[in-house]
Amino acid sequence: MEFSELLNIGLMQGFAGLSLFAVLLLMGLGLAIIFGQMGVINMAHGEFMTIGAYTIYLGSHLSSHYAPSLVSIYFPFAIVLAFLFAFALGWLVEWGLIRHLYKRPLDTLLATWGISLAMQQSFRTFIGPKEVSPTLPDWLLGSWAPKEGLDIPINGLFVLALTAVVTCGVLLALNRSRWGLRVRATVSNRVMANAIGIDTRKTDRLTFAIGCGIAGMAGAAFTTIGSTGPTSGQLYIVDSFLVVTFGGAASLLGTVVSAFGIAQTQSITEFFLHGSMAKVLTLSLIVLILMIRPQGLFASKVRR
Amino acid sequence: MSNTDFTLAVEDLTVSFDGFKAIDAFNLYIDRNELRVIIGPNGAGKTTLLDLICGRTKASAGSIKFNNTELTRMAEYKRVRLGIGRKFQTPSIYENLTVFQNLEVSYPKGRTVMGALAFKCDDEVKARVQVVAEDIFLADRLDLEAGLLSHGQKQWLEIGMLLMQSPELLLLDEPIAGMSARERDLTAELLQRICKNRAVIVIEHDMEFVKRIAHKVTVMHQGKMLAEGPMEKVQADPKVIDVYLGH
Amino acid sequence: MKAIQELIKRYQLASLLVLTLLLAVVLPLSLDIFRLNLIGKYLTYAFVAVGLVMVWGYGGVLSLGQGVFFGLGGYAMAMFLKLEASDPVTTAIQSTPGIPDFMDWNQITALPAFWLPFKSLPLTLIAVIAVPTLLAWIISFAMFKRRVGGVYFAIITQAVALIVTVLIIGQQGYTGGVNGMTDLKTLLGWDTRTNSAKYILYYLCVALLVGSIVLCRWIQTSKAGTLLLAMRDKEDRVRFSGYDVADFRIFTFCLAAALSGIGGALFSLQVGFMSPSFVGIVPSVEMVIFAAVGGRMSLVGAVYGTLLVNAGKTYFSESFPDLWLFLMAALFIGVTMAFPMGLAGLWESHVVPWWSKRKNKGKGGDAEPAGTDAAPPAAVAATAKPARQASADSALTKGLSDVGAQSAIPGSI
Repeated sequence: MEFSELLNIGLMQGFAGLSLFAVLLLMGLGLAIIFGQMGVINMAHGEFMTIGAYTIYLGSHLSSHYAPSLVSIYFPFAIVLAFLFAFALGWLVEWGLIRHLYKRPLDTLLATWGISLAMQQSFRTFIGPKEVSPTLPDWLLGSWAPKEGLDIPINGLFVLALTAVVTCGVLLALNRSRWGLRVRATVSNRVMANAIGIDTRKTDRLTFAIGCGIAGMAGAAFTTIGSTGPTSGQLYIVDSFLVVTFGGAASLLGTVVSAFGIAQTQSITEFFLHGSMAKVLTLSLIVLILMIRPQGLFASKVRR
Repeated sequence: MSNTDFTLAVEDLTVSFDGFKAIDAFNLYIDRNELRVIIGPNGAGKTTLLDLICGRTKASAGSIKFNNTELTRMAEYKRVRLGIGRKFQTPSIYENLTVFQNLEVSYPKGRTVMGALAFKCDDEVKARVQVVAEDIFLADRLDLEAGLLSHGQKQWLEIGMLLMQSPELLLLDEPIAGMSARERDLTAELLQRICKNRAVIVIEHDMEFVKRIAHKVTVMHQGKMLAEGPMEKVQADPKVIDVYLGH
Repeated sequence: MKAIQELIKRYQLASLLVLTLLLAVVLPLSLDIFRLNLIGKYLTYAFVAVGLVMVWGYGGVLSLGQGVFFGLGGYAMAMFLKLEASDPVTTAIQSTPGIPDFMDWNQITALPAFWLPFKSLPLTLIAVIAVPTLLAWIISFAMFKRRVGGVYFAIITQAVALIVTVLIIGQQGYTGGVNGMTDLKTLLGWDTRTNSAKYILYYLCVALLVGSIVLCRWIQTSKAGTLLLAMRDKEDRVRFSGYDVADFRIFTFCLAAALSGIGGALFSLQVGFMSPSFVGIVPSVEMVIFAAVGGRMSLVGAVYGTLLVNAGKTYFSESFPDLWLFLMAALFIGVTMAFPMGLAGLWESHVVPWWSKRKNKGKGGDAEPAGTDAAPPAAVAATAKPARQASADSALTKGLSDVGAQSAIPGSI
């Protein structure tokens, strides 16, 4: 009895970690594409997530005010919209800014920080400084109780499924599609890729926009675990960067593993420690490991 | 591995990148006063070999001994301080500094942080810069910004930066790339001069040039040694002909 | 006479003198003590910006965690001042008199052991420099010895900034939490809130800042400075010339941390409080923009950059709070896109040539200048600063692209 109770708590805490895992993984995937593949540091990545979260809120708000019948089904559509909004904005940012800075990664970092500030202030001015939460459809709210004393929230499962689909989609797209081939060619040799007729500029723009779009979907996942405010994204930016570097910048598999590891460590330590100390412990652990193994978990040796 | 009286003794050296062996159980012995040229088709592992000796790449197995000191686990800068100098394939000089400053920075004094803070460019340094600059035919270019030199002069300058350190082993990766015919002649003469009292390894593709400078030639192919000996002997070796013409 | 001229050029004494005159004479004469105190506060950030010029401009390594070092220095000083402010008599109403008020509120009944050294001023002054330097050494030793640089270093330092902030806020009982340490009034019984004290502290701040700039300039002109630039642009060449590249980077990073610590301590003294809002990611990145606006290669420029951005911040966030963040955003984007060398770069590329052209015209268009001071504009621009720095500017993009080479690790998925 004692033991099974402990097991149940462990399982539930583990599932709580899974929602965080989903957000971190989606954030990390977007970053891994942008940072790992293109070498661009996007400090505004968190704000793209916030855009996604606000899109879900917008969907919830509009449907509950104007079309109550749609309340139960707006969520999936809003997720697609979240992707599209973030994608479009990412496209714009790449066109207006990033493409001029490919040779100066540290400057990209500062410029995208500027973008992030501007976006935060736009949220504050045009949407409002208060935190908002969408009303989630009923079917997302309950919990699934396979046995007594074990409650697994359905929204967690949903988010997990969404993450799995997106992750597989990204992996497939990178490894099987024409776009993926172009991206990989551009990454390994930009000049050559250009010479064999790949439009590297277009590839870059598409890649950046897709990365941002995935961050938008992370925002959709985020609405199930927290409320959205102008600075919500900023809270996740460091974690997401650590996910990517910890996994090994060029390895998407590494991103998955490290997102899982970080989310679970944080969730489990949170059970034993005060929330902020859990965060300190998790982050310090990652930083320490990165100091010992800076190339991350998965990295390949490359002949120079 | 036993001690030898070679300046450089490479034994059973192996390095693999994700399973691909760029250098495979390679042996090489270089004497003092010797000028060895390494040739071989692209991808044979020539540059990787120099990288291993100077520490830019870490060996997977085997030993590299410099005057009987094992190098394989030593940090790069320590190998340099022991007396190994490396010139890279594309000239690697400080383009924004003057020729004088390039040579001055390479002077083996003030190598620690505190040493560099206290470093003074005294007469001894100036005299040494002058001597080396004359060696590398740049004595009248000392105040010129190095980025303005011709490609061949940049190659010389990098060799000069190595000479500032009076190394016992010089590793030169394609020193005459981009040089005019006259510059090649001067370089051949320079190489003959500087291999006195030290060992020099040169990687080169130009066979005419190799013939002029080499004491001995080592042919590499797919990370292994294919042939070794005087140029005429190596050129007549059917295996070598096969590698160069067969592909 | 010529030797003195050489010295002035080499150490950029002219621009330093102008800055000193501005800070020590013009501003105190033209501003009231309230505003001068504000300038003094900005100047404490300038210590961080000057450090960033060394680490980022010269070293090519961007740290997004300089606020941590500023905070550590600031907290060290604040702890001493807080202990002095919490003597048993003034805190008699607490359940445990003699400890800082926030400890009492958090049911702590005895002074924690790590607070004890801060009862002594000499130990505190040592800690102001030693604690940030030690942390900087640990971070930079681990990273630079393993050749981690570029964007990875930026990410790790940013994570450190987050960790330290969360830690400070979370450990309320030991640190004062999100409010920080407030009500710092006296230093060894000397009231730091009087006008005369504010003047003295302001001048102390100016003197230390000018001293720091001279120190950094001296390093820049030594062989170590040449090597820093050299390793920023051609890291491998420096390494294979027998130098331990990591040691030089560690030294520079520790130097910047120590300077930031001094800045932080002066902040606590002048402003009278210290809080986590000067430690985290946001202030750390803002400090980078101070240096960027002034010019990442210019020590003196970093001070002007800090003053301008902060003056702008104070003005706009008071008058148009909504506009300020947009302006700040524009600053980040504009500086990186249009003026990567900041104000100092604009000065070199526009003001100096214009000035020398005017000067030449004034001489009646002499064909061949007789003295050195009427040389053609290009030559003046080139000699106005030592060759090293002049050329460093042109190498900026190239240098940065080398730094970035580390970020683009090709590999399989």
